[in-house]
Amino acid sequence: MSKANLLERRSVVGSLLAERKEAVVVGGLGASTYDIAAAGDHDRNFYLWGAMGGAVMIGLGLALAQPDLPVVVITGDGEMLMGMGSLATVGLQKPGNLTIVVLDNEVYGETGGQASHTAGTADLVGIARACGIADARAIATMTDIEGFARSMQDVSSGPRFASIKIASANLERVLSSRDGTYIVTRIRGALGFGPI
Amino acid sequence: MHARTEAPSETSPSWPEDIFAILQRFDVRQVPYVPDAGHSQLIERVLGASSMRAVPLTTEEEGVALLAGAWAGGQRGVLLMQSSGVGNCVNMLSLAQIFRFPFLTLVTMRGEWGEFNPWQVPMGSSTAGVFELSGIKVLRANHPEEVREVVEAAAGQAYNACTPTAVLLSQRLIGAKVFTK
Repeated sequence: MSKANLLERRSVVGSLLAERKEAVVVGGLGASTYDIAAAGDHDRNFYLWGAMGGAVMIGLGLALAQPDLPVVVITGDGEMLMGMGSLATVGLQKPGNLTIVVLDNEVYGETGGQASHTAGTADLVGIARACGIADARAIATMTDIEGFARSMQDVSSGPRFASIKIASANLERVLSSRDGTYIVTRIRGALGFGPI
Repeated sequence: MHARTEAPSETSPSWPEDIFAILQRFDVRQVPYVPDAGHSQLIERVLGASSMRAVPLTTEEEGVALLAGAWAGGQRGVLLMQSSGVGNCVNMLSLAQIFRFPFLTLVTMRGEWGEFNPWQVPMGSSTAGVFELSGIKVLRANHPEEVREVVEAAAGQAYNACTPTAVLLSQRLIGAKVFTK
């Protein structure tokens, strides 16, 4: 199902991360992790290859531990739907430094393009807002993506949530490391924490 | 929700205080939980501790992911839940092996020792097995006087050796929940 004027996911993520500075970026299972890798490998990239539904909570744990750093979770609609309760948990904790971005193509792209609930009735922006995330919005233009990317650096005005409707085309996979201990140890090292 | 006193009363058991002291000594900073009556005293202590962040969850698996993020960010945590919540965590428990991070959970048991509610029995009976199949070491405390050393050992191996560990706090210890009309 392709619709006119949908944004292209790699351009969106490239723009979001172009001036990421000190931000730690969590990529949800599936294409979001490839998008983050495509934007450039980074010591502070937290690639997920499993744990579906856990991306926002990993971001929350990081955000609470490092309140002065921007923490950005970039995930897909299917992954977000599986962890919907975590939006209520974020709404309660209100970490000012946490940003959640859903790349919403309304399908499960990794498994054959089956429709997700956002293709039908589920409104993730409304859900996020109703969970207490006051700054919840839909973004539809690259100009607004650029503005939103700047706001991600403000660690006092979150949590914020954005749903971005993207084209559903499956792009070439850009494969990051799949080694969890390497990924986490590298992030910890970048934040100044050594091995045990 | 009724008001609770911050300090334990004279009739409160001392083992939750033992656990709280151990968590403080190990510099535990994030404490995600799904409430359970057996954890209520400890949760109150955590909510009143300036060094700890209590994080109420909608489902227990959120806590596993939260602790992985906390560890990446340089903080230790502990997940508090009831035995029925362990089943909600199963896929997310893979993070303990994938990241080899210091995962510690304290689980209050239901479905054993004079249980009234049959719905608690199946998950309570498989709690230890689920953890073991998931690569989590299981320790158990049955009596108030052993809670301190069991939790201390669990925290030690979790935080010092990155050995994911669950402590089962037996229903015998907590007392079977009394149902009255």
